[in-house]
Amino acid sequence: MPLMKVIKPGFQSTIQDLGRFGFSNLGISISGAADAVSLRIGNLLIGNDQNSPALEMTLVGGEFIFDSDTIIAITGSNFQPTIDGKEIPLWKSIFVRSGQSISFGATQSGARCYLCIKGGFEVDKILGSFSTHLLTGIGGYKGRALLKNDELNYAGSNFKYLQPLKVKKEIVIELMNREKIFVTNAPQTDLFSTETINLFSSSVYSVSEETNRMGLRLNGPKLVNINNQDIVTEGVSLGAIQVSHDGNPIILFVEHQTTGGYPKIANIISAHLHKVGQLRPRDEIQFSFVSIEKAYEMRMHLESLISPMSLTLA
Amino acid sequence: MIEQQLEIYPNIQFASDRSLLIKLGNEISREIHERVLKFFVLITSARIRGLQSIHPAYNSILITFDSFMISHNEIKDKIKSLLTEERSVKTPPPEVIEIPVCYDEEFAPDISIVAKRNSLTIEKVIQIHSQPEYLVYFLGFSPGFPYLGEMPKEIVTPRLLTPRLKVPAGSVAIGGDHTGIYPISSPGGWNIIGRTPLRLFSPENENPTLLKMSDRIKFVPITKKEFEQLKN
Repeated sequence: MPLMKVIKPGFQSTIQDLGRFGFSNLGISISGAADAVSLRIGNLLIGNDQNSPALEMTLVGGEFIFDSDTIIAITGSNFQPTIDGKEIPLWKSIFVRSGQSISFGATQSGARCYLCIKGGFEVDKILGSFSTHLLTGIGGYKGRALLKNDELNYAGSNFKYLQPLKVKKEIVIELMNREKIFVTNAPQTDLFSTETINLFSSSVYSVSEETNRMGLRLNGPKLVNINNQDIVTEGVSLGAIQVSHDGNPIILFVEHQTTGGYPKIANIISAHLHKVGQLRPRDEIQFSFVSIEKAYEMRMHLESLISPMSLTLA
Repeated sequence: MIEQQLEIYPNIQFASDRSLLIKLGNEISREIHERVLKFFVLITSARIRGLQSIHPAYNSILITFDSFMISHNEIKDKIKSLLTEERSVKTPPPEVIEIPVCYDEEFAPDISIVAKRNSLTIEKVIQIHSQPEYLVYFLGFSPGFPYLGEMPKEIVTPRLLTPRLKVPAGSVAIGGDHTGIYPISSPGGWNIIGRTPLRLFSPENENPTLLKMSDRIKFVPITKKEFEQLKN
């Protein structure tokens, strides 16, 4: 079977699909791509199922050699990809010949870049998903981030010629814009005073260095709930913004612990979760509250963009 | 007080645009646990389209759905009407599961702290810890981790000042008035008093966790030799 060999692994490169659903009651969070929209569009570009396992790179990409012909698409943030030293574009299907190497550098925009490959990477399915859950050490390639000299199987050259496609420019611009992150109320929003909620939504927060697939800790004005109280431990939602005793908000992300005892002030809307996956340490963000109805409309709009209608001939 | 609770609960609210939180009480009790279990069974067996996960806890259930498959209003209505069927639910009798634990000092670096703190001998700590039948309120936090109740007050011990970077899988520990088992090797700040040779989390199995909500567990002291035999 065709092999991709890892020459340089990059900062943290893992195999991800859209996540492992249905096991939160056993303490297993969904994991999956931090920017699921980029992964889905990458797969769409090369005619894959949108859930096909792809490589997620973080902040600094790696270098990989392919031993058989294939078609790839690179989406998400610009990690300066090159093939045999020559620059290649993102958001476009690209033919790769046997023996060629693809190299990535440091990010020029957001936190994550995806390498999608025709037919997907061949890794074991664990509990219904191919995604790596780093904390638990399951899924993806041996339950961990890639290391130098790892060899990953992929589907290979058993495919018809594909018409080169790219994503329309205005769609890319809309998807990658992260000026404002929209949130809805969370279960404990009313444990915070109106002043505190206004402070939260009118301030600029910066993403701290303590940021990973489990959560993003934010620096900015401190938020204290009315009685500085904890709550009885309950299940937490992806994108919940939890406030611990020190008053700093934390966004619970794809590998979050499934329960928590701190009050939650807000929750990122589904249509903006992928933007969180692109946030880097020191990036500045602002939150804005919207209704559940508005969040629903925005989800429907986002889904309409993840379609062949957003692609055009390259 | 209890009557008042029945009036207010269940209370359903959106936790996000893709999740609903059903609250069934305001505290931790076995009565509320029974209701959580009933609603968990009810919602699980309803097989609602677009429903992604159902996470019970002490006094709540978090339901996650895909808003592209089912709208927020539609699922809220479905859950509301399901909740009226509470009386019809039959829950299975709880299973009692024995967890062998070796309290040998090799696996129990902090058992002397627990003994000293409570002016007990180590033997007495083992006896008290392995006495009750603990209720698994629910699993959560990390894969296969059981929230257990209730630990005898005589062995309550505060968490370590500095958490360990790595606690081995299977470690049995005390943190404040809680006892628990670490299913996977992870950082942790609880006092380690023993280790079980059983695997609590086996991702390759269809049922990946040894325990489930509402199980009753009993710790059974074993020798180091028995530990090694069970491990193999």
